[in-house]
This record gives sequence, structure tokens and C-alpha cells, in this order.
Amino acid sequence: MSENKQHDAQKSYLEETGGRKGIFKWILSTDHKRIGLLYLYSIMSWFFIGVTLGVLMKLELIAPGITIMGAQSYNATFTVHGVIMIFLIVIPGLPAVFGNFMLPIQIGAKDVAFPKLNLLSWYIYIAGSILVVSSLFAGGGPPDTGWTFYAPYSFKTGTNMLPAVLGAFVLGFSSILTGLNFLVTIHRLRAPGMTWLKMPVFPWTLYGTAWIQLLATPIVGITLLMVIGERIFNIGFFDPAKGGDPILYQHLFWIYSHPAVYIMILPAMGAISEIIPTFARKTIFGYRAIIVSTLAIAFVGYFVWGHHMFTSGMSGTALFTFSILTFIVAIPSAIKVFNWVSTMHQGSISADVPFLWAASFIFVFMIGGLTGLILGALAVNVHVHDTAFVVGHFHFIVFGGTGFAFFGALHYWFPKIYGRMYDRAWAKTGWIIFFIGFITLYGPMFYLGIRGMPRRYFDYLPDYHGPNIISSLGALVMVTGFVIIVINLFKSARSGEKAEMNPWGGTNLEWRIPSPPPLENFDEIPTIDKATYKYD
Amino acid sequence: MSNVHRDDIGSKLGMWLFIFTEILLFGGLFITYAVYRYLHPEAFHLASQELDVPIGTINTIILLISSATIAMSITAIQQKKKKLTLWLIASTIVLAAIFLINKYFEWGAKFEHGIFPGSEYLDSLGYGDVLFFGLYFFMTGLHAFHIIIGMAVLGFMFYYVKIDRLTFDNFQLLENGGLYWHLVDLIWIFLFPLFYLIA
Repeated sequence: MSENKQHDAQKSYLEETGGRKGIFKWILSTDHKRIGLLYLYSIMSWFFIGVTLGVLMKLELIAPGITIMGAQSYNATFTVHGVIMIFLIVIPGLPAVFGNFMLPIQIGAKDVAFPKLNLLSWYIYIAGSILVVSSLFAGGGPPDTGWTFYAPYSFKTGTNMLPAVLGAFVLGFSSILTGLNFLVTIHRLRAPGMTWLKMPVFPWTLYGTAWIQLLATPIVGITLLMVIGERIFNIGFFDPAKGGDPILYQHLFWIYSHPAVYIMILPAMGAISEIIPTFARKTIFGYRAIIVSTLAIAFVGYFVWGHHMFTSGMSGTALFTFSILTFIVAIPSAIKVFNWVSTMHQGSISADVPFLWAASFIFVFMIGGLTGLILGALAVNVHVHDTAFVVGHFHFIVFGGTGFAFFGALHYWFPKIYGRMYDRAWAKTGWIIFFIGFITLYGPMFYLGIRGMPRRYFDYLPDYHGPNIISSLGALVMVTGFVIIVINLFKSARSGEKAEMNPWGGTNLEWRIPSPPPLENFDEIPTIDKATYKYD
Repeated sequence: MSNVHRDDIGSKLGMWLFIFTEILLFGGLFITYAVYRYLHPEAFHLASQELDVPIGTINTIILLISSATIAMSITAIQQKKKKLTLWLIASTIVLAAIFLINKYFEWGAKFEHGIFPGSEYLDSLGYGDVLFFGLYFFMTGLHAFHIIIGMAVLGFMFYYVKIDRLTFDNFQLLENGGLYWHLVDLIWIFLFPLFYLIA
């Protein structure tokens, strides 16, 4: 009997099927680890579509004039690329995949607070995703408004706006429910002894993220619902012909969509804060400063949305206020960078794959952050507003920040998730090609933007040709790196060599349970008696 | 179900957080209302006089009573009075239905006068009226949708009490349903003066 029990306890979550077969052991399971992987696979599938659309845009821009598509197709391509990348990939990204997988383990719980709701969130996510992607194929042609759905064009255009807007609305629900679940989990399910200030940084950033998801998403929800009302019932909220105010739409949209940037970046910062101490073999520097700056970003991030609208028409006072708040929100981000660098200082660093991703994250994140300050300055903003400069900045932060952290986290927790190690030589090759491609792709955009090339145009003056060729070639290099990374991980998940319990020498709870973890994570809920990231 | 983790406080915390999001959802509309009222005070004043204050008042009273009945049902289940609990949940649902019937007649009368979003008559009245009635239909419509969801939720609660899945020592779900119903009530408490009373 006791032997049997022992055996049960050691069965991993991947072997424990709950009596279900085939695909049902995934789509009916309420195990947070399986749900995390469900998100991983669905996000990766949409990511392929998003990347393909991105590459098509870069091919169009490789030469002036019509190269492979005309204006309307280009408008549709950047719109759907944006909607898929933002709403389907980077917003759920780290919280839904690694948050689901690691949060309960890192705080010493058996699952999230509401496992069924967790699975429901995934179904809502899939429903929303299908709506969004269906807008590509059904009816009057793919949407062409840009991912921001600016009124009044979003309800005047004859293209397929309804599924796209409705899809974004539905995805918001999924995001809210995940955030709600994590908040209750963190409040109620921390293991005995895990006080707030003994909690690792990744759960802390998820906590800040969850609050943003909860408090900001409803605003975009109602805004999108109003756009739907405009399209179906012709109400007039944002229609100047009926007295409505399109600028009000922009305010309501950015009240969510700016904090949404922090939904994307906070968990990314959390993952980086996990990786760096592990590979520097050192306690994280300034743990409390990191926590406080996390909450400060989540809080101040609410009050900066106006910087997306510097040229839309606002009072001088509002412009000034939003600009100064934008500068203030940069401070906690900088504090984090100092903390990471100080953690590495005098550490014994092993430059393994996750560390390479983390280090390159800091590099691209700083470029993205500093160019953000250029955009936040009122006078300069007028010059570079709606140019390729903004596109460069945005991709350095969102793709360079969140994307690099996502790959870093994937390489860091991969042995824990699958119980197998990937081929490190290939992983490093993939990383360096990806990194070089990334810089080549987005770097020239800063130059093009300063020179005045507008964003969202399928065509440009011959003067801009050179940097655009470099940028398009960079895209191809980056995709090559991406393919290497994905093939390496895919193969290793099936046949890589077995990973041990703690391959990196990490200190947090996830490294004290078998790889892959058993169904209920812990045989016995652990008691926490020392601070996090302590190396003996 | 004994191995299922049960945490009443966590469950209540989750419900409160969800209610928070609902209030923010309507918050976006309240902001829109505030902006357009500020821009068109005169038209908003005149348009609000078109609304039927007696029906609005009756509906407010109905919702307040329904909040009382659902609150009483939570007390009743704790006192192991199953029959009374069922009766109180059922009366809440019936009151909600009466609210919707009143709403139907109220909206119907407006439609008959040609006042509905996108109608030519409404568009001829001017910006303030278009926006006032646009907000009126959108907000009361979204609220009515919440009433319908609430009725479905309470319907489940009725069933769960009936099959003894909710009992005197395990009634958190009913309390959450009650919280949701109070939220629906609370939103109406704001909608009623904003549209019917402020002049």
C-alpha cells in the first residue's frame, strides 16, 4: 500500500492522465501545468501566423513601390499582425504560460485558486483567438484599421471589423479571469512561512500584472463594446457626424492599452529576475527595491496613456502632465536594470543559454526604454510621431523585452517542464543568429524614423531604400534563428537527455521538486523559513 | 468531492474582484456620460424629461426589494430553512422578470415615438439628444443584459439549493450569487438618477 503510494507520488504530471485519452488529457485537464502548456502551444501556433505576416511586410518594404502587395493588403497585413501579436501573444504570453506553470509551484501550492476557471480562461482565449483569426478570411476582407481600431474609421470601413473587435473583447475576458485567479492564488495559497517578502520576484511581478489586468482590461472591454454598438446600431458615441468625439475613443482605448504594455513587460522582468541570480550564483541585489519598483510601474503606468496622443489635440497642461509622468515611469524600470547589473557584479557567472537571453534582454530593453524617453519628450515627439521610430521603439520593448524574456524563460524552465535538456550548442547558435537578426531588423527603423519615414505605409521615397533593405534582410536572419530555436526545443522535448531536478542550481521551490513535477507538485506542502535567492 | 480544495474566503475574494471589474466596465460608460453631459447640458436636461419617471421609480423599488429577498435567502439557508430559501430565491427571479417587463414597455414606447439609435427622427433632434438616448439605450441595455445573466445565476442557485449542493455550512456560492445581484442593483441605483432625475 505505502509502496503504491510512493509510486503514485513520483508519477509526473505528463504521465498522470486522469483516465483521459489523446487530446482530452489536455483539453479537459484542470492541472495548472497542463493548462500552461496548452497556452504555450496555442500561443506558438498564432505566433507563426503573426511572424509570417511580419515577414510579408518586410518583403513589401524591401523596395519602394508595390513589391508583393498593394496598399489595401498592406493595411490589412499590419492590422492583423498587430492584433494577433498584441492580443493573442504578448498580453497572455508570460502570465498565461509561465505564470500558470510556475506560480503555484513557486509559492508552494498544489494548483491555482480556481482550477476550473483557469481552464475556462483558456477556452475563452481560444474562442477569442478564432474570432480574430477568422477576420482574415471571412466576408469583406481583413480589417485595415491598425490594431488600435481608431474611431470613426473602425465603424466606417467595410472590412471585417466585427470579428476582430469582438475577438479582442472576448480575449479581454480571458485576461481578466487569469488575473483574478492569480490574485486570489497569491493571497490565499502561499505556503506556510512564505510571507510577502519571502516570495520570489516572478510571482511578485505576476501580482502587479494581475492588478493591471483586472483594473485596466474592463475599460478597453467597454470601449470595444461601444465600437461594436457603433457598427451594429449606428449610435454615434465616436461619430463626429452625430456629435460624438473620436478623441474620447483614443483616451478610452489608451487608458487600457498603455497599462497593457506593463502587462507585457512586468512578468518579463520577473522572469529575468529569476534567471540572473541563478546564473550569477548570487542573491538578487536589492530585492525590496525590485518589489517596490514593480508596484510603482504598475501604479504610475496608469497615468501615462496620453503620451500616445501628443498630436491628437489636448490642452497644454495635459500634454505637460503626461510627458512628465512618462519620464517618472522610466525611473522604476531603470532601478530594475541597476539591480540586475548589480546582481551580476562579483558573481560567479556561467554564461549558459538562459543567461545569454537575459543579458541580451537587458541590452535591447535599455535601447527600447531610452528611445521611449525620446518619444516622451513633447517637442521631439511631434517630429517622430507616427514614424518608423515608434515602430522601432515598440518592437525593442515588446519583442526585445517580452519576447527575449519569453525565450529566456522557456530555456530556463524547459528542463523543469519537460524533464529533458535541450541541445545547448544549437540553442546558443539559435540565440546569436536571432539576436543579430533582431538588431539588424529593428535598428534601422530608428534612423528611418528620425529621417521622417512614416509608419504603416506600403511605399516610401527612394531615399529610404538602403536602411529598408538592411531591415528586411535582418528579418530573414531573425526568422532563421527562430526556426533553429524552435526545432531544437521541439526535438529536445521529445528526445533530449533526461534533466535532473536542479540543472541550473536555482534556489526557488520549483528546483526542489522532480523534473517534470508530479501532478500535485509537492508530496507535502513545504514550509519556508529563509529568504528567497539565498545561496549557502 | 472531498479531495477538492475549498476556500470560502478565497472564493469571496474572487467574487469581489470580479465585481470590481464590472464596475470599471460601467465606469467607462459613466465617463462617456460625464463628458457628453458637460458638452450638451441643455439637451441632456430636456431629453431626460422625456423619460418615464414613475416606471423608473417602480423599477428601482422592485430591484431594491429583490436585493432584500436575495440577502434574506442567505440568512435563511444558514438557519437551515431550505423551503424559505428556495422561496426567496424564486421571488428574486420573479422580481427581476417584472423589472424586465417594465423595461420592455418603456423601451417599446420610445421606439414607437421613433426614438432609437440610428433612427432618422432621433438624428434630426441634434447632437445632445442623439448622445443622451444613445447612452440611455446602451447603458440600460447592458444593465438589462446583466439582469438576465443574474437571473440565470440565481436559477442555478435555486437548483443547487434544491439538490442540497448548497447547505447551511456550504453556502458560499449563494453568497457570491447574492453579491452579483447586489452589483446589478447598485449599477441601477446610479443609472436611475443619472438618466431620470438629474435635471
